[in-house]
Amino acid sequence: MIESLITFALLVLMAAAALGVVRLHDLFAVVILSGTYSFLLATVLVVFDAVDVAMTEAAVGAGMSTVLMLTVLGLTKMEETLPVHTPLLPLAVAGITGAVLIYATLDLPEFGIAEAPIHQHVAPYYLEHSIEQTTVPNVVTAVLASYRGYDTLGEVTVIFTAGIGVLLLLKGRRGRGKGGEGAA
Amino acid sequence: MILDTILRVGAKLFIPFILLFALYVQFHGDYGPGGGFQAGVAAGAMVIFYAITFGLPAAQRIVPPTVVEIMIPLGVAIFAGVGIVSLMLGANYLDYSPLAHEPEHGQHLGILLVEFGVLVTVAGTMTSIFYTFAGRFE
Repeated sequence: MIESLITFALLVLMAAAALGVVRLHDLFAVVILSGTYSFLLATVLVVFDAVDVAMTEAAVGAGMSTVLMLTVLGLTKMEETLPVHTPLLPLAVAGITGAVLIYATLDLPEFGIAEAPIHQHVAPYYLEHSIEQTTVPNVVTAVLASYRGYDTLGEVTVIFTAGIGVLLLLKGRRGRGKGGEGAA
Repeated sequence: MILDTILRVGAKLFIPFILLFALYVQFHGDYGPGGGFQAGVAAGAMVIFYAITFGLPAAQRIVPPTVVEIMIPLGVAIFAGVGIVSLMLGANYLDYSPLAHEPEHGQHLGILLVEFGVLVTVAGTMTSIFYTFAGRFE
């Protein structure tokens, strides 16, 4: 009861933050609000007992993204440029996509029930055997790094690619400007 | 930037604990929430915090850009390298069982090594993205 009240309050605050992001034209406020949104989401995840995901959301979504966005804001303008076209077509696309997504949730198993297919497949095996097979008490870590090592290697490669991509795009040009190190 | 004494003193007080927290999240990830991703972001955030308070050149003297740029591929290499080691020891790729005498200890060791690889790549990427953006202010 208390838990659903807390979740409801947090979701209302998240909706308010999202509305603020849409309505405001001051990009500084928008960045801070999206950081707030991420932090609220992290709190929701804590309520759902998904602490590992919550930690990542708080660190990456609320912390790192906000800092990087603020740094980028320092390089550009603080005001959002008003769009020249009418927002009707994007609004329709977003509305229809949202309606389809909500329609799709009707087919999902009831929220939080143990009989959901996702809890019937490999999850029971991991929960039963992870300590004897890996001696690691945190099942999330065991699944992430050992049972699903391939996926995590893929994720690290994604981060690697993102980092190298940003460096190539931004540093390459600066190096050429100096006529120095980073030039290709 | 004249009234930033409080900020600087506060930063100096905080930064060791941020690093300690990052290491805690890293090595306690087997027992509690956390792991390489979160610890990497915390370690990167520490460098960024230092750079914001004391200036980019000061931060780059302590953590040079070349080092963080090498860290980006190094972490992936550590992760993939653990897989190759297990291949050479006769197991499947990324199967950590042969890394120690007991298969379950091998698994534990493998998880630690792989998480360290994640930490290195994430911390390197976060820091160098910040360095690159902040470097454009000059």
